[in-house]
Amino acid sequence: MNFIKELSKGIVKENPIFVIVLGLCPTLAVTTSVDNGLGMGLAATFVLICSNIIISLIKDITPVKIRIPIYIVVIAAFVSIVDMAMAAYVPGLHKALGLFIPLIVVNCIILGRAEAFASKNSMMDSLADGIGMGLGFTLSLVIIASIREILGNGTWLKIAVMPKTYEPMLVAILAPGAFITLGFLMALMNMMKEKK
Amino acid sequence: MGYIGEIFVMAMTAIFIQNFVLARFLGLCPYLGVSKKLDSAFGMGMAVVFVMTMASAFTFVIYKYLLVPYNLLYLQTIAFILTIAALVQFVEMVIQKNAPALYKSLGVYLPLITTNCAVLGVAILNTKAMRTDGITAYNFLDAVLNGFFSGVGFTFVLLAMAGIRERLEFVDMPKSMRGMPIALILAGIMALAFYGFMGFKI
Repeated sequence: MNFIKELSKGIVKENPIFVIVLGLCPTLAVTTSVDNGLGMGLAATFVLICSNIIISLIKDITPVKIRIPIYIVVIAAFVSIVDMAMAAYVPGLHKALGLFIPLIVVNCIILGRAEAFASKNSMMDSLADGIGMGLGFTLSLVIIASIREILGNGTWLKIAVMPKTYEPMLVAILAPGAFITLGFLMALMNMMKEKK
Repeated sequence: MGYIGEIFVMAMTAIFIQNFVLARFLGLCPYLGVSKKLDSAFGMGMAVVFVMTMASAFTFVIYKYLLVPYNLLYLQTIAFILTIAALVQFVEMVIQKNAPALYKSLGVYLPLITTNCAVLGVAILNTKAMRTDGITAYNFLDAVLNGFFSGVGFTFVLLAMAGIRERLEFVDMPKSMRGMPIALILAGIMALAFYGFMGFKI
């Protein structure tokens, strides 16, 4: 029961992007299309789950004073694995995400969960937390990417969804569109919270 | 074009055309988190310029004389992040010991910089960057200057953002737009303004 609770909180109630507001750099940079957002979300989820498991397993032998460097080394090891695996199996996506794959190391969500959750809870709970937070992150990326891709390109996952007469709003897939989309989405979240 | 021209192009690119925050999406957490007050934004900016310049120097040396000759490129991410973390810790201790006044104004921002992706970003970009001719890779001085100018570009938009946000405090706006949403939309408008620089070919 606890497992389900830890798993589901990351998706809505403690959504890493819309509620905790962590890890914005990749969120805005890679959401130009849905497949990029999905790829980034899954890569980060993998790193998050693995690092959560390892960190919760070594929590009793980790000296408190140097815990942050230790967490970073664990995370960096998994990021290197993801980086190399993606370069080998999905070179196109690897190229599109570019710099932002090695930068998963400094994604505040992963270090934040290590510090706030995995270092204090059991392995199973940390695993659930990792899956939930990862899914919440991926879902948020897909939502933002969907809005940007549909408005900016008229497509969703490369399939045309808008009528032929639709003039794409180019600004939505450029840098400014990322900020503005996320800004309005957050305002919408706040509005829904107030209504409750 | 001489070397001075090369430096000028690098500065313009890092500060305006390919601004770290608004065009490359690096360092957004401090950009949105520490831009509520002008003086704390200034402290953060100075700390970032300092660490980015130092980090560019150290990681470039490690890349060129350790990772490349010994064929250890797969360790790049780990090596760079450890260098940066150690550097930040070291800088913090040195400043605390020798310049307590400076430490008081920068101190709280220094630990945050380890997880600022702009620092790791500039270190990785330096290993791939090319000069304007498109064939010469960056040398040591280029990397250090690029780190410095990128930090200046970051500070520049951070200060602009903080200046605007300080005034936004008194503006009457819908409750759900307050805080983060309006800051993001503001960032979007700034990014739109910076897009004007993209057309420049130096």
